[in-house]
Amino acid sequence: MTGPRGKAGTTLPLRKARDLSTVKLTDIEKRFGDYVAVHRMSLEMPEGGFVTLLGPSGCGKTTTLRMIAGLLDPTAGEIQIDGKRVNDVPIHKRNLGLVFQNYALFPHKTVADNIAFGLKYRGVGKSETAQKVKDALELVQLPHVAERYPRELSGGQQQRIALARSIVIEPDVLLLDEPLSALDANLREDMRVELKRIQERIGVTTVFVTHDQSEALAMSDQIVVMSAGRVEQMGAPQDVYNTPGSEFVARFLGASNIVEARCTARDETSIVLEAPDLGRIVIPADRGPQVNGTGPVKLVLRAEKLALSEDKPSDGVISHSARVETVDYQGQAARYFIRLGELQLQAINMIDTHPHGEGSEVSASFRPSDCTVLPA
Amino acid sequence: MNRGMGWSLIRFWTFLVYIFMFLPVAVVVLLSFNASEFGAFPMSGLSFRWFVELARNEAILRAFQTSMILGALTALISTTIGVLASLALIRYKVPGQNLISTILIAPILVPEVVLAVALLLFLNALSINKSFALLLAGHVIFTLPFVILVVQARLVSIRRDVEEAAMSLGASPIQTFFSITLPLLLPAVLAGGLFAFTISFDDITGTLFWKPGGVETVPTQIFAMLRNSISPEINALGTVMIALTVGLPLLGLAIARRMSANSGG
Repeated sequence: MTGPRGKAGTTLPLRKARDLSTVKLTDIEKRFGDYVAVHRMSLEMPEGGFVTLLGPSGCGKTTTLRMIAGLLDPTAGEIQIDGKRVNDVPIHKRNLGLVFQNYALFPHKTVADNIAFGLKYRGVGKSETAQKVKDALELVQLPHVAERYPRELSGGQQQRIALARSIVIEPDVLLLDEPLSALDANLREDMRVELKRIQERIGVTTVFVTHDQSEALAMSDQIVVMSAGRVEQMGAPQDVYNTPGSEFVARFLGASNIVEARCTARDETSIVLEAPDLGRIVIPADRGPQVNGTGPVKLVLRAEKLALSEDKPSDGVISHSARVETVDYQGQAARYFIRLGELQLQAINMIDTHPHGEGSEVSASFRPSDCTVLPA
Repeated sequence: MNRGMGWSLIRFWTFLVYIFMFLPVAVVVLLSFNASEFGAFPMSGLSFRWFVELARNEAILRAFQTSMILGALTALISTTIGVLASLALIRYKVPGQNLISTILIAPILVPEVVLAVALLLFLNALSINKSFALLLAGHVIFTLPFVILVVQARLVSIRRDVEEAAMSLGASPIQTFFSITLPLLLPAVLAGGLFAFTISFDDITGTLFWKPGGVETVPTQIFAMLRNSISPEINALGTVMIALTVGLPLLGLAIARRMSANSGG
């Protein structure tokens, strides 16, 4: 229950509430020759928040992070940290914490010297440095490695040291560039929890770049989904997940069924759709805020919201009979590819004891309020 | 059986190759300890007299001093320019990067005589006289490629994000170079410097063209002495040079290996 301004042991490099910074991007753009890596992007990151830039490789997320860091100059637009324009401030004067995918520890320095590196340029005295290094090592739960060299540590340990090195300087903003991507799967999930715990404890405004949707959903206060240099959608993880704002977001986050449909009527409270094989569906109006009038639309239904069963479903759901074509068994759940008339849909359902067999007839049902309607 | 025979032949052949390669060198080293007046077999006894003579020979001592100074300056200038050039070529986008890189490496490919004559003619055209500085410049030109090759190879393996991390922590680009890049580069810088020193110390072709009158390096001094007679002193000098040009790089290599082991590769 530690909030962003959480309190902890007195000696830890904690930030005080007044120090929390915001990051504000105004119409920033980055071109490499004719190639536009980031299109006029505006974004305001709340102080103490954990904001994730999420997208496939080449979407401009790392470019954006590097512009905030000062490793790249934006072609146009303004970057503000804590209300001050930093476009012309070189990286070493921005007071940032930066963590890289490949740790980027200094191989010729011990762990303690790695962590102390940034303090040297901040005029921190010898005994205070020693204390801060010790506290930082405790914060990342590696109190005994101070005298080792980075190569003597595992990947996960190295990344903790990289994190300790970046937060010991009490940065205004913490920038994380795919910090978990080089770790193996199990460790990645542990580090995810650990990283979030530390971030909440020190409450530093954090920008996290990843292509991994589960990392983004698990850690963020706010997700910014990017594609081809543009922001597709931003919002709280559950909002972005449940109410995708574009077909790209629907496809990129989780597994979705996207069905071409026609909107035949729209009023204050509902949207009436006509979809092939699914018939007439009445959807609450707030599930399709971007749909203004009648015409072609896209119906988005998350795979896990499509329930398959052998019995007749209860009221209030739309149900059609379908045939299971392929089963992708995943242990506690299964992913089914089903045939419903002409439509091929996917459904992810928890498994009670046995998954539905391939070729079996099931009834596929969903609630209209679980659908999202997007303009075509 | 047949296979055993084949292997014996290969062993024998290998042995012959080694003999061919190292026997002349061994003869020089061996004869340098010969007590006799004449640098020839049979040896009449073991003696250090030629080393003592060597140490008393003013001309050789002067040449030795010249070679040492020339080698050291060549190494210093070559590594400095080499490190800067490598940084520019690897870390920054320089227009015509490939061309510059090729031109810097080219002196390895051009026959040394051609290079020697070319530089001489070029300076004649500018009516600049032969001087020690010219000799030094010549040595720098043809040791530079070796330094650049060694340093570039190492620089490529130093990840850019390590330097970026240092800057994000508050180090200016210059502080980053001295606290991160240079220490990581040091094994290559030392190796490059040793290469430069050894090549310079060993060089005769270019040196003969470029050296101003009255200045002799060890190789040109030996060359001059050989014109008169084959003195056993030369054998002693040869032994010293072998010790120096083989020993120094080996020493450097050992140091470099130790250091790169400490800096994680």
